[in-house]
Amino acid sequence: MKLYDYILSPSGYKVRLMAALIGVKLELRPVDFHPGLEHRSPELLSLNPAGSIPILEDGDLILTESSAILVYLAAKAAPKWLAGEKPEEAARVQQWLSFSGRLTASLGAARLHEMLLRPGDIAALQAQGMAALRELEAGLVEQRLRGMRFLAADRPTVADIACFPYVALAPDGGVLLDAYPTIRLWSRALRSLDGFIEMPGIHRLHELKPEPQIEPGEA
Amino acid sequence: MTMQAMIDEWYPVGLISQLDAGGRRTALMGEPILVASDIDGKAKVTGGNGRILPVRLRYGHVWSSLGDPKNELFPIPEADQPGRRFVDVGVVRVRCSPLRAVENFLDIAHFPFVHTDILGAEPHTEVQNYKVEIREDVDEVWATQVKFYQPQAAKSASGGITTEYMYRVPAPTCSVLYKTCPPRPSEWDVITLFVQPLAEDICDVWPWMALFDDETSLTDLIHFQQTIFLQDRSILENQIPRLLPLDPGMEIPTRADLTSIAYRRWLKRHNYTYGAQLVAQ
Repeated sequence: MKLYDYILSPSGYKVRLMAALIGVKLELRPVDFHPGLEHRSPELLSLNPAGSIPILEDGDLILTESSAILVYLAAKAAPKWLAGEKPEEAARVQQWLSFSGRLTASLGAARLHEMLLRPGDIAALQAQGMAALRELEAGLVEQRLRGMRFLAADRPTVADIACFPYVALAPDGGVLLDAYPTIRLWSRALRSLDGFIEMPGIHRLHELKPEPQIEPGEA
Repeated sequence: MTMQAMIDEWYPVGLISQLDAGGRRTALMGEPILVASDIDGKAKVTGGNGRILPVRLRYGHVWSSLGDPKNELFPIPEADQPGRRFVDVGVVRVRCSPLRAVENFLDIAHFPFVHTDILGAEPHTEVQNYKVEIREDVDEVWATQVKFYQPQAAKSASGGITTEYMYRVPAPTCSVLYKTCPPRPSEWDVITLFVQPLAEDICDVWPWMALFDDETSLTDLIHFQQTIFLQDRSILENQIPRLLPLDPGMEIPTRADLTSIAYRRWLKRHNYTYGAQLVAQ
């Protein structure tokens, strides 16, 4: 499986993180997104007319939507990362997979503007990003009230991986996470999963700062 | 803050490879500028009031100045050495003082904690003694005999090595790093940090490299350096105060901070205080 990837792309990182968590080996093909704009080169556009990365190539299959790539990896190697039998759970996974697109369009675009000088209305992007974070915080609080630590179940699913990177990197776009305690707990839970990998701006949990002992129901 | 001393210095304002007629609208020390190529394809930098600013094309970048530079742009002899590959890493904007961006580049003690498993790793956190001087003949800050254990010192390094570094500050917002070159032990790899001060608390950073490495793809070289710098960026944006303190105030430096101390002293001596905090608050 070949991943057309950019080391600073949160969507590329989604795929790398998913693969690391479930033990799938990827062949990485680095794309010179910045400063080279290689994602708009004829070679890359012939694979993905939308001109976005990541792109996953597996034999004849070419996937250009990161949520679809996550589902494909999980279906192949670790189906428990997909939705289970329950209709609510299946719907919640789909709900948050779709929602992740809003994170990309708001927090992701704010980050590209603030960091790599891509055009955009920064105030509007940050406001949309904050609105999305409030929605995510509320969703995670409701899940906690149901006794579940993750977005769609009490185990992490592809929905968590789809939403995590753009949220964790929000400060890169000038949107702080201080106001969202449940998002921070969720981020900590994801970062403590076996096989978790980092990207620039997303740090591993430091061993000197162990998980605080929280009794069930207290959070 | 006084701008006068720094106004006559050269600053990077764009990549030569990205010059076009439409131009890049950017800023230099608070003044809006336009970096474009003119009708003959020559680089042209225009200041806020339409005046034409001085231009140099060197080290992959377009350089300019709001004032009247008394000195030529500092030399990097390695830039003319055959066999090296020159890498434009591309711009990254950071909400920090331009001086803080340089100071962070000069620091090695943070490697194991910020660039974990790449430029450093616990428990190898000790910064051994090294030498620092302000070289009066060239008026530059130099740190030499800097040694540090690194798990993956460069894209071309295959395992952990003790890397030797030399740091050089030839201009208030530019630093040149010389570093052990894994494929060619008799030479130094050159990695630079060129910083464009947009204002006192925000800058565009243009890393550039001149390496001996015939194996690694250009994209991999760019991504290695971007990984390192983007790890620094999230730290830099959280430093308080945003401006670089030139008055020690409550700070207690350690031996590992020698380069930073010399850099701050040199800035103070020359009144290079754009982006600096002069009195501790």
